[in-house]
Amino acid sequence: MTPPLPAMAPFHLAIALDGTGWHPASWREPGARPADQFGADFWVEQVREAENGLATFVTIEDGFTAARVPGDEGRSDRAQGRLDATLIAQRVGPTTEHVGIVPTVVATHTEPFHVSTQIATLDWVTSGRAGERIKVSTGDAEYALFGRRQPGTESRDALFDEAADHVEVQRRLWDSWEDDAEIRDVATGRFVDRDKLHYIDFVGTHFAVRGPSITPRPPQGQPVVTALAHVDTAYRLAARAADVVFTTPDGTGRDGPTGDAATTLAAARAAEREVGRTGEPLVVVGDLLVLLDDDAAGARAQLSRLDAVAPLRSDAAVLAGSVTDVADTLESWAAAGLTGARLRPAVATNDLPRITRELAPELARRGLTRGAWGEPGSLRDLLGLPRPADRYAHA
Amino acid sequence: MKPRKRIHLAAHFPGVNNTTVWGDPASGSHIAFSSFRHFAQTAERAKFDFLFLAEGLRLREQGGRIYDLDVMGRPDNVSILMALAAVTDRIGLAGTVNSTFNEPLDVARKLATLDHLSAGRAAWNVVTSWDEFTGENFRRGGYLPKDKRYLRAQEMLSTAQALWDSWDSDGIVADPASGEFLRRPDEGAFEIHSDQFDIAGRFPLPRSPQGRPVIIQAGDSEEGREFAAHSADAIFTRHAEFTAGQEFYADVKARLARFGRRHEDLKILPAATFVLGDTESEAAENARQVQYQQVGPQTAIAFAEQVWNLDLSDVDPDGPVPSFDPKTEDDVDSGGHISKGRASVRMYRDPVATANEWRELGEAEGLSLREVVIRKNGRHTFVGTPQRVADTIDRFVQEDASDGFVLVPHITPGGMDAFADQVVPLLQEKGSFRTEYEGTTLREHLGLAPLRSDALAQS
Repeated sequence: MTPPLPAMAPFHLAIALDGTGWHPASWREPGARPADQFGADFWVEQVREAENGLATFVTIEDGFTAARVPGDEGRSDRAQGRLDATLIAQRVGPTTEHVGIVPTVVATHTEPFHVSTQIATLDWVTSGRAGERIKVSTGDAEYALFGRRQPGTESRDALFDEAADHVEVQRRLWDSWEDDAEIRDVATGRFVDRDKLHYIDFVGTHFAVRGPSITPRPPQGQPVVTALAHVDTAYRLAARAADVVFTTPDGTGRDGPTGDAATTLAAARAAEREVGRTGEPLVVVGDLLVLLDDDAAGARAQLSRLDAVAPLRSDAAVLAGSVTDVADTLESWAAAGLTGARLRPAVATNDLPRITRELAPELARRGLTRGAWGEPGSLRDLLGLPRPADRYAHA
Repeated sequence: MKPRKRIHLAAHFPGVNNTTVWGDPASGSHIAFSSFRHFAQTAERAKFDFLFLAEGLRLREQGGRIYDLDVMGRPDNVSILMALAAVTDRIGLAGTVNSTFNEPLDVARKLATLDHLSAGRAAWNVVTSWDEFTGENFRRGGYLPKDKRYLRAQEMLSTAQALWDSWDSDGIVADPASGEFLRRPDEGAFEIHSDQFDIAGRFPLPRSPQGRPVIIQAGDSEEGREFAAHSADAIFTRHAEFTAGQEFYADVKARLARFGRRHEDLKILPAATFVLGDTESEAAENARQVQYQQVGPQTAIAFAEQVWNLDLSDVDPDGPVPSFDPKTEDDVDSGGHISKGRASVRMYRDPVATANEWRELGEAEGLSLREVVIRKNGRHTFVGTPQRVADTIDRFVQEDASDGFVLVPHITPGGMDAFADQVVPLLQEKGSFRTEYEGTTLREHLGLAPLRSDALAQS
């Protein structure tokens, strides 16, 4: 008999899904099935693979431009086109039962009201496994697709402030129905207790939202919000608005090197102090782009071969190596105080199964991660985050 | 003899409305995914053409307070349709998406994603709204002038069409050997400069399995009929009575030729309710009970308030219809009306006349206010034994009062079970309804001709 295992692991393995992989030449690899990425099976198989590999959650990249990487516009030799990530998440939700599902959401061009109900719906569909990654858009091409505001007229700080407001509206809307608002009181004919429904009355620079939500409070109360940070502005957004921050240890951001794992952790904690964060501290997860082979030499040869087809540019550190090499790096991150790693497979068809079938057992053997799933629970449960009280409930 | 027409059926998930009975012991969750799954799988088992989910973007209010008598709370409908694609294989997935509080790039991408990830089962019910009350939840607020709402809807739809048509049908090559991913480097290129939109770039999704989602328009008004005749694949209507249905059907179908479209290019689908029983009298009694559940005493007062535009909380629902006249100085559209967020209130164009009608009916037949409301608002379209209901539905379709129906049961999630088990087999016996899906896409279920590919359209 298998003893009951704690759902929470000391260190979290997360997997960042992005089409055929994070290397721009990945679509040309054997088995990549690049045309299939516009169909459901492709995504269901990847997310199930991640669940079988005991990943705490998957993220799904998104953006509105056809080019997946800036500069690829108008190039017929680069993989292009993207499905809506929140809808990919809905589609794979019912086909899994443990893994958290975290689609990317662009704050700059979306309605916080719509995003709030979409993520709440994902949480209902998955019985509490929903999250989102909030992202700011600064690209001119993306602005032109919406035509509502001029690119370059707002500072990056202002765009990050807007993203923080976007999340604040979402969070208030999630709380705008108290958990027990639905009463079905036949005697008085009332379906809800309207004293448990709340206007959120948010007024910000870019939008004002009255509320309440149309969607009842989701199973997690507050789905898990995540953000990627390379620079202080983004760390402050994470500290203000997110539950989980992705950092890039030994990587390179827009403003230069991002520092080692301990440095990124310190940056996250400093941002928390700076914005006066209360409640749970950020869960700090390091990003790493991985290309795995039987040994480091083989992996490096693979990377050179791929780079000759299309050079890889990455904000996160790139590790071309063996499963042991990656496990060693993650173990050092855990020792430095990070709570998890989000791995970006260079070539999904190769690196995803290597992560789930070889790396995951190795991490479990080292006592870093869970060795089996327990009872299905929420993503907050998996991350050790409590279910928050409703901000509007007056006991 | 005319060939037998095939009936088209849609299942409307019971919505945020008094017709949805929540106090019945059989009534389950309106938000749990299991309810949506049960409902969708029942409709698919019965070989329905599609499932339909309505939309609401603001909780209704009456008298300055959130309206609490009806079922409330719903998921984002396109999101739940996408999730249902995982637990169904063939049934079409239709949802309402507002044209006012969305941007074309985002809407077109979401609906194309729904079509891709459901292998060709998506449909979009395009609705318009201008109302400031709903706008308070969105970036744009309530700025859209009333006279622009159809313009925006038309431009939203034509822009979405342009985006869906912006890729060659074989635009993705994705040949690893040659390294050619796109057929043309400018796949998806578009540029739209119109009254409502000023956008350009490349649409980020290849052409979807149906070419584009099936387009639905809810249209009883003159503008709605024209819009549908020009652009829609199916039209929803309230005309579910036989003679009115035939007139509506003839009117709308006659408009198609002007737009170069054929009779069968637009399906006419009235909304309909049903109550079944083992005998006619049992069905009638069941219907009566459902009506009393749908119009409780408080709901009767609420309906009267929507006509009178006054607080009628002191009125006895079991007493006579109020003898005084409605308050008429606030136009429903002005934002001053007692009831907010409810499209149906606009049907009372002449509240004094409506009040007079109600009063006359009450006096003539000795009915209480609640009984009058039930008579005026609570009528079910089809009441009878399964055989009777099947015969009636078939007659409507064969005699051109409709091409089928959008059926909305009154119980979630099991309200369609009896129809699926008892009525559908009788329609199948008549040869009027499919016994198996013959195609895989919603266009095929609806008997719509395949869309010409963009390349053909351009030649």
